[in-house]
Amino acid sequence: MLVKALVALVTVAAGIGAALLLYFVLNLIAERLPDRWEGRIKPYLFIFPAFLAIAVYLVYPMILTFINSFKDDFSRNWVGIANYRALFESSAFVKGTLFNTLLWILIVPAACVLLGLMVATLADRLGPRGEKTAKTIVFLPMAVALVGSAVIWHFIYDYEPAGSTQIGLLNGILSLFHKSPVTWLETNTLHLNSLLLMVILIWGQVGFSMVLLSAAVKGVPVDTIEAARIDGASERQIFGRIVVPQIRGTIITVFVTVTIGVLKVFDVVYVTTDGNFNTDVLGNQFWTQISTYFNYGAASAIVVIMLAALIPIMWYQVRHFRAEDAA
Amino acid sequence: MTDTATTQVAATPGPRARKAATHFDANPAKAGWATRIILFVFCVLWLIPLIGALVTSFRTTSAAANTGWWSVIVHPSTLSALTLQNYRSALGGTQDMGAAFVNSLAITLPATFIPILIASFAAYAFTFFEFKGREFLFLTIVAMLVVPNYVAFIPILKLYRDVGISGTFPAVWLAHIGFGMSLAVYILRNYMSTLPNSVVESAKIDGASHYQIFYRLVLPMSVPALASFAIFQFLWVWNDLLVALVFIGPGANQPVTVALTGLQGEFGKGWELVTAGGFITMLVPVIVFLSLQRYFIRGLTAGAVKG
Repeated sequence: MLVKALVALVTVAAGIGAALLLYFVLNLIAERLPDRWEGRIKPYLFIFPAFLAIAVYLVYPMILTFINSFKDDFSRNWVGIANYRALFESSAFVKGTLFNTLLWILIVPAACVLLGLMVATLADRLGPRGEKTAKTIVFLPMAVALVGSAVIWHFIYDYEPAGSTQIGLLNGILSLFHKSPVTWLETNTLHLNSLLLMVILIWGQVGFSMVLLSAAVKGVPVDTIEAARIDGASERQIFGRIVVPQIRGTIITVFVTVTIGVLKVFDVVYVTTDGNFNTDVLGNQFWTQISTYFNYGAASAIVVIMLAALIPIMWYQVRHFRAEDAA
Repeated sequence: MTDTATTQVAATPGPRARKAATHFDANPAKAGWATRIILFVFCVLWLIPLIGALVTSFRTTSAAANTGWWSVIVHPSTLSALTLQNYRSALGGTQDMGAAFVNSLAITLPATFIPILIASFAAYAFTFFEFKGREFLFLTIVAMLVVPNYVAFIPILKLYRDVGISGTFPAVWLAHIGFGMSLAVYILRNYMSTLPNSVVESAKIDGASHYQIFYRLVLPMSVPALASFAIFQFLWVWNDLLVALVFIGPGANQPVTVALTGLQGEFGKGWELVTAGGFITMLVPVIVFLSLQRYFIRGLTAGAVKG
């Protein structure tokens, strides 16, 4: 244990030291250059390591993933669109994995925005201490790993056969009313199990949405609210017509950020059902393809599908940023 | 200090009028009973899963398997049966959460520090240098914010096998540096562009080099943004499962998230151990989070909320 800790410590020191040394050397190179060149080359030296990291870990793999999606299991031979065809001809993928991912995207971001907005607006009316306590409680699950969340929620969703004592809260409540227990995470009627898994992610994400929306709500100019109030607007009208339009930008930001996260969801499904009982999503299917089937072609095709869904968001982000930066 | 503060407030005419300038006081829609009850119920619902797992982590095997965790609250007499044994077993057991804890630290610290160093240089260049392609290069960063790390797993895994660093700490550091870089540059550049340009200009006139300006002026002024990204990256790396699963996998170098997954698969019904493992996993992020919450929130809102 001690040896292990020491080895880890030395590795950490070496890694951080190497990073510091890199910049020391880069600067030394820049200082040696003639003055005229120093000013021209320095900015590129400064941004070079950042772009190297992005090129190696995002750009190069993105191109390779695209290419691999047209190759076989181990990326040896070209197979054309066979990987895509196999995925889209499998009803388990289209009606299961893809449809579930769509459900996640439709439900989770909307739920996060609505609940976050609710907590933010209601807590804004409490005294400072009450507001802080309520927000900390709602925000706390953000610090918990999704693996941890799945463990935590086990004590809500657990199922024990009828007759034995239930240790999950939901079935505990049912048994209180002498109802037979339900296999919550195995019941796919109306996608109940997927919905219950979404609850776990929503539980973790509402805090993020609440914090951003709360800051936006507080940023709404008080005079606009006062003016509406003097004109005799009800609280509901003020919220719907004065507050919401003014925080539209933040609502969109939260919505987009959560959507990107949801599209990549993996941990919650992997740890609870591993995609069984029709709860599979793209992220988990990717992992199944590389860890169970060793099919890198299909896994790459899944990533390309994910990327295709993200391109509109990317386009929106870039445009939004240009507009904002120019303003 | 306190004395001067009170005198100042007392000396200011009409303290009431000033107080009304805050958002809360100007809002006559103060919390009614309905608001309070809704929020209270919401907070209780939010805490119930945490409490259930926390209680279970202190229970004996037979108690956890045979009665619901709420029985501890319903029958307080069973409180004395609670034990720390689960934590001892989890820290030493087959999944060795203790070793995993050290691994998590060894992974998370460099994976947080190095991207900040690299990104702050880049952000400085983007903010205070004029150069060809500046706008295009920064838009590339904005576009890269959206690219999922899923693209990297297969190609980088092959690369790591060729280089022979698969399963080592640097393999995960480098991956997290790559994945977190665009967000880091984005946050830091946005923050640095709000710094007064005149400070940098006058330092230049006084003969300071870019290196000096960066270390002595811009970096200290950017502490709020650095802190908020640091917390963000720390939580994200510590809580990550997929990157660790792909590049390190179960074994001697596994971090707490992988160990916890292993623990869950292995014991099946030994949930009291799994919950103890879960809380060992949560310990550091929750402490970091609660103590630095203010910076974290400030950083989150600075980037997203404008005007």
